Amino acid sequence: MLAFLLHRLLYVTPVAIGVTVVCFLLVHLTPGDPLTAILPADATLELQEQMKAAYGFDKPLPVQYALWFWKVLHGDLGHSIATGRPVLTEVMRAVKNTLILATVATAIGFTFGTLFGFVAGYFRDSWLDKLASFVSVLGVSVPHYWLGMVLVIIFSAQLGWLPPTGAGPDGSGDWRPDAAHLRYLILPAITMSVIPMGVIARTVRALVGDILSQDFVEALRAKGMSEFGVFRHVVTNAAPTALAVMGLQLGYLLGGSILIETVFSWPGSGFLLNAAIFQRDLPLLQGTILVLAMFFVALNLAVDVLQTALDPRIKRG
Amino acid sequence: MTSRKLTVLLAATLLTPVFAALPAQAQGTLRIGMTASDIPLTTGQTDNGGEGMRFMGYTVYDALVDWDLGSADKPSDIRPGLAAAWTVDPADKTRWTFKLRDDLTFHDGSAFDADAVVWNLDKLLDDKAPQYDPRQSAQGRSRVPAIASYRAIDKTTLEIVTKTPDATLLYQLAWIMMSSPGQWEKVGRSWEAFAKTPAGTGPWKLTAFVPRERAEMAPNPAYWNKSRVPKLDRLILIPLPEANARVAALRSGQVDWIEAPAPDAVDLLKKAGFAIVTNAYPHNWTWHLSRVEGSPWNDIRVRKAANLAVDRDGLKELLGGLMIPAQGFFPPGHQWFGNPGFKPTYDPAQAKTLLAEAGFSPAKPLVTKVLISASGSGQMQPLPMNEFIQQTLAEVGIKVEYQVVEWNTMINIWRAGARHPTALGTTAMNYSYFIQDPFTGFIRFSQCNLSPPAGVNWGYYCDPEMDKLLDQIRTTFDKAEQDKVLRRTHEKMVDDALFLMVTHDVNPRAMSAKVKGFVQAQNWFQDFSPITMTK
Repeated sequence: MLAFLLHRLLYVTPVAIGVTVVCFLLVHLTPGDPLTAILPADATLELQEQMKAAYGFDKPLPVQYALWFWKVLHGDLGHSIATGRPVLTEVMRAVKNTLILATVATAIGFTFGTLFGFVAGYFRDSWLDKLASFVSVLGVSVPHYWLGMVLVIIFSAQLGWLPPTGAGPDGSGDWRPDAAHLRYLILPAITMSVIPMGVIARTVRALVGDILSQDFVEALRAKGMSEFGVFRHVVTNAAPTALAVMGLQLGYLLGGSILIETVFSWPGSGFLLNAAIFQRDLPLLQGTILVLAMFFVALNLAVDVLQTALDPRIKRG
Repeated sequence: MTSRKLTVLLAATLLTPVFAALPAQAQGTLRIGMTASDIPLTTGQTDNGGEGMRFMGYTVYDALVDWDLGSADKPSDIRPGLAAAWTVDPADKTRWTFKLRDDLTFHDGSAFDADAVVWNLDKLLDDKAPQYDPRQSAQGRSRVPAIASYRAIDKTTLEIVTKTPDATLLYQLAWIMMSSPGQWEKVGRSWEAFAKTPAGTGPWKLTAFVPRERAEMAPNPAYWNKSRVPKLDRLILIPLPEANARVAALRSGQVDWIEAPAPDAVDLLKKAGFAIVTNAYPHNWTWHLSRVEGSPWNDIRVRKAANLAVDRDGLKELLGGLMIPAQGFFPPGHQWFGNPGFKPTYDPAQAKTLLAEAGFSPAKPLVTKVLISASGSGQMQPLPMNEFIQQTLAEVGIKVEYQVVEWNTMINIWRAGARHPTALGTTAMNYSYFIQDPFTGFIRFSQCNLSPPAGVNWGYYCDPEMDKLLDQIRTTFDKAEQDKVLRRTHEKMVDDALFLMVTHDVNPRAMSAKVKGFVQAQNWFQDFSPITMTK
């Protein structure tokens, strides 16, 4: 296992360096001035040049990259231009919030997705299958930001049951899983869970159908195994793929929640990215993208390892 | 915490009193949903434009010269702030002496005196000073272009010398917020630490601060201006950049007040019992016309024709009444409005006559390209509004093609000037202006030597007669006389139809019926001190 882990880690290094290059270039090649956010609109050219020099934007791009990469290697993602706060602090605070949201959303999505998937796959072509399939197709088809707005209108604006924005009564600073904070989590988490739920349900349905048609299931039944026993075998065989899909979905949710976090003003990485993009806050943008990309890479690695643990054939392959 | 535990807790939450109504806040707490995406810079010189100064500038801090925000009925003007009085040396009009209020302290208990003012000016203007802060300097330096030097004469006397005689210095100083040198020393000479526990002299003290989420303020009972000691127990600021999220937060009772509600939500909010508060303020929404060689706007007949072709009342209807139709460059009733001869009313027949004189007609239209943005601070609803204008101009013989750019790109093009290749050959740009003082309201886009890159006279407008008026503004030290010159300057701007004058925003904010006592000043900044909350 250790050799396998080292082997995979070796693969991760060039990916990580590639990510830093791509995210640096993407951010710097987009139009717009990084200093727009901090300078009054009618700042003189002299002041603009002075600020450019102060922030190092007057240097050639490769030099800027080298300087940034060197700092990144030492764990320093720089300071936000707009706020002056360390990027690492900003990003980690936001990632923590997104992780809370994404984990709960994935848990909801995984629970209901696998439930619907197994039901649909096990009772193929029955009304249960049709109902579960309908719900899962709806999950992947409905634009989640739209669903978020609808939920806010119903449960916040009309009924006044749940708060529509924020992460807690006093912000996310001292977030803990108590009722006061979880109330803020319900609407965004449900909104966010619909896509993973749909994706997982459809994957599991196909998987279960495929497994049920395999010879070993027939052999198990022929040997007189109870239907519950057969079900357990189906679950064991479907689990690695379902887990892999869940891991990927969690990865997507970690980076791809800009719309939902904006609708709910959830102070996560998507909200932060949104602010960084609109303010052209390059260090913050680079830092956030880099951290998210690294999370994605780490998550893939974790899923690989978990899959290997669950199904040793993968390791042999 | 495992996912399972979280899920269980989530389920438990769903079944417990969660579905009860939202808990009411303690009496006397006002929660405001701002449009900014972050808490404005808390160290003194704020970011986030007018909103930053409104919520984090004039609340926690003071300037030597303040804006009088006590009246909704008349445009606000400057008045003594931390400086109780000032004089200009009659023999040398560059030399100002400011008498500071004595016995004033910052929130941390340290003394406010002339040395503290010098320290604050160094914070912005002297990059060798240990307290020099590039971020605050970026915000503040360009606000005080007149200052050449400054020194403390004694504890309560300060001298400022300007580069040339400049009577607009007082308006410039109204931008400069005074942070506590004592607190900066106490927190280890770090602006990052100071940002978490700032200290000014203002009516509010910052008591809690979660970046990007929330700022809490408590009254400063020892505030020097007793009429501005806050009546509330707490003021909470929440950044909610998304307009629909602000409306939802207000409707659900999560906040009591929101800035700039989405226009299409205004009726809904009114029906639900929320108050929509509006007032005139020094903002305008114009087309800034290019005056470079070959621009069709060099012909005054074309400029006047365009101004007569805009159906401003129709536009007002489009915006649900949330605008003041322009009668000039400043809002009607402003102390610098004067009595211009040219009235930019809706008169398509007169517009057609003027255009015919200039050689254009609906059959042979003037074709030109105009730069607009899809959104942006102060830009109101730029796309539908410009489409409306495009239509009304086409009816008289001005055919406009739009070049739509993103707001930050627009700012850069505005700085670069109409001649710059990035302006893409456009002859006008739709730009809304903060016009609160003589520099931002007149000088910056009208003075010959402030064309890019020296300034933001985007259209390269240059008129020696106008320059003479602008010089007079700077050299007239008697306030009443200076106001007269400002009025004459505005009359010239309107009579020469220097801009396509379209509308002024009304600064709409929506608030719960519980909010009492708010007086919406005709200013970009507001006073939160007289507000109370009922149960």
